[in-house]
Amino acid sequence: MNRQLLLGAEAVAQGALDAGISGVYAYPGTPSTEITEYIQRSKEARAGGVRSSWSANEKTAYEAALGMAYAGKRSLVCMKHVGLNVAADAFINSAITGVNGGLVLAVADDPSMHSSQNEQDSRFYGRFAMVPVLEPASQQELYDAILHAFELSESVRLPVIVRMTTRLSHSRAGVERKAPVEQNPLHAEYAPNRYVLMPHNARVQYRHLLDLQPKLEELSDSSFLNRPVEGHGPLGVIAFGIGYNYAMEARKAHGIDCRVLKIGQYPLPRTMVNELFEACSEVLVVEEGYPVYEELFRGYFGSSKVLGRLDGVLPRDGELTTDLVAAALGAKLPETPAMPEIVVGRPPELCKGCGHRDMFDAINIAIRENADHHVFSDIGCYTLGALAPYNAIHTCVDMGASITMAKGAADAGLRPAVCVIGDSTFAHSGMTGLLDAINDKTPITVIIADNDTTAMTGGQCSSATGSKLVKICIGLGVEEAHIRTIVPLRQHLDENVAVLREEFAYDGVSIVIAQRECIETAAKKKRRAAATGQ
Amino acid sequence: MQKNIILAGVGGQGILSIAAVIDWAALHEGLNIRQAEVHGMSQRGGAVQSHLRISDQEIFADLIGLGTADLILSVEPLEALRYLPYLAPTGRVVTSLEPFVNMTGYPPMEEIEAELGRTDRPVLVHASDLAKEAGSARASNMVMLGAGAPFTGIAPSKLEAGIEALFGAKGQEVVDINIRAFRKGLQLSNT
Repeated sequence: MNRQLLLGAEAVAQGALDAGISGVYAYPGTPSTEITEYIQRSKEARAGGVRSSWSANEKTAYEAALGMAYAGKRSLVCMKHVGLNVAADAFINSAITGVNGGLVLAVADDPSMHSSQNEQDSRFYGRFAMVPVLEPASQQELYDAILHAFELSESVRLPVIVRMTTRLSHSRAGVERKAPVEQNPLHAEYAPNRYVLMPHNARVQYRHLLDLQPKLEELSDSSFLNRPVEGHGPLGVIAFGIGYNYAMEARKAHGIDCRVLKIGQYPLPRTMVNELFEACSEVLVVEEGYPVYEELFRGYFGSSKVLGRLDGVLPRDGELTTDLVAAALGAKLPETPAMPEIVVGRPPELCKGCGHRDMFDAINIAIRENADHHVFSDIGCYTLGALAPYNAIHTCVDMGASITMAKGAADAGLRPAVCVIGDSTFAHSGMTGLLDAINDKTPITVIIADNDTTAMTGGQCSSATGSKLVKICIGLGVEEAHIRTIVPLRQHLDENVAVLREEFAYDGVSIVIAQRECIETAAKKKRRAAATGQ
Repeated sequence: MQKNIILAGVGGQGILSIAAVIDWAALHEGLNIRQAEVHGMSQRGGAVQSHLRISDQEIFADLIGLGTADLILSVEPLEALRYLPYLAPTGRVVTSLEPFVNMTGYPPMEEIEAELGRTDRPVLVHASDLAKEAGSARASNMVMLGAGAPFTGIAPSKLEAGIEALFGAKGQEVVDINIRAFRKGLQLSNT
């Protein structure tokens, strides 16, 4: 038996290990987290000295990966789609510098927003930066694509994106491995004309990137990820990424015999696309994400030949399914039983016994003594404080925005200006915003919910917790008298409310660290200790 | 051979250990598998499901189409109803009867049982009672796997081998409890 059952995310990890990476850099984010976790658990990775601990955020992760590639080694950098917004500055400019050792960015998009605030499509970033993008359709293809991506990256000396979506990342299938490749030797080169992006160098490098584009198109034409599927009839399908799976499943289930062009490598393979459009009078564009290529095929003035998300043949938003694609191909779907009316929703909630529950109880009492009780917040388990019974927070936009939005609202005159941010999110993007508030002496209270872990994604190491948080706040310039630590437990409710009340009233920057270990992490530690008999 | 199975429950109830046993057995039968699971926010006490597809042919989609599930195997009765639109006309529902109430508006059990009764010969299981008889309430997942086993297309002996493989590291006693639990579920389904 040489097939292993792997999640798509794990197939990326195993592929990268077999491609001889020397390091992985990442910040956790659903649905990308399991890539790095797999490498952290891997004995082979440990034996090979593959560096794998969590980065403070996606930008630091990307830059470190670029540095490893500069030094001639292969590096993998992983993030969720919105993480690429954080890393975008480094990413876009790395297309101008190019790379030495292979650099692969594995980015996981989340259409239908299962665990995200939007469903942005990372293929836009690929077009924007003009680098190759691979979008495999199965776990095996994902594994093979990672090996291919490193070779491609080194042959064209550009970073390569491997884009996946939730369903591929979080679905298991059998994967067959290939013989592993040795790690690259250290071979950093002096190439300031490429890496010093002063205008005179950048102009030359950008021209080079533009000149590479026809070659990238040619490479797409011969890629194993792009291939036509024989068929007949006036209606053809161009199916991108896992859109191919739904098109093929619909063909099989409904006995449809249309032509399908499978796309898994960008820029588009021009010859193959031309052939499909010449052979068919109508083409259905099946993309898992935004109608990025459908829009291009239609052109500004519209082409009646193109069907897809923009004309309502497929829905404009959300994940695709076999049923949606089958209906778009004209299949008559059988009637299915409805969900009984008595079935009510079951939203997620904070765990029983979670310290955030006691923190929100205290915040609600202290803040509601004021006429205005806005609480700015952030991304993590504590975002669930927005739901009943707490209804305690009123914003959650992007990593770190709690502090800076509270600052802006305070500048506008809002009192008190209060925000809640987790320890890991604070380390990710909270510190710089706090510095702004300190420099301006803005009256805000920052409550750091320190549960000693990155909990929402499953308990990864956080870059700053406990005493390190206190030192960071002191170092940034918060007055020590206004850095308070509370323990969010029921029996401390009254004293915690008193502390919050005092700091809400303070006319300057104050910090309240609500410190209690995540109960999931604590339970995990206990189980591990019991298993090892310690 | 192709089977579409929906595993249903609440985040934290451990439906993935049921999936892992079926996956292991199917892989060792040389079958193709796709098993989509839910990670992230919903795992915090929300509704979770896993789409599990097994076939001796190539499987394309990770998700099951509406009206094509051969089996809905649920560890919570209300969650079994949530996925009825996926059930094939010939499909079967196997569910635990123990409600997990962590939200407002949970309907009365009689109404849930009435809805379950509208499906073709539902298999309703008092899973934790049977698990306790087997030696541990924590084995109720394996009771449910046993009750669902006849509809998975995989021989019970292969599933038992999967239980041994997956629980082996926890010692023989844990394996024995889980095998006993599995057999209690299987027996209920077969009678």
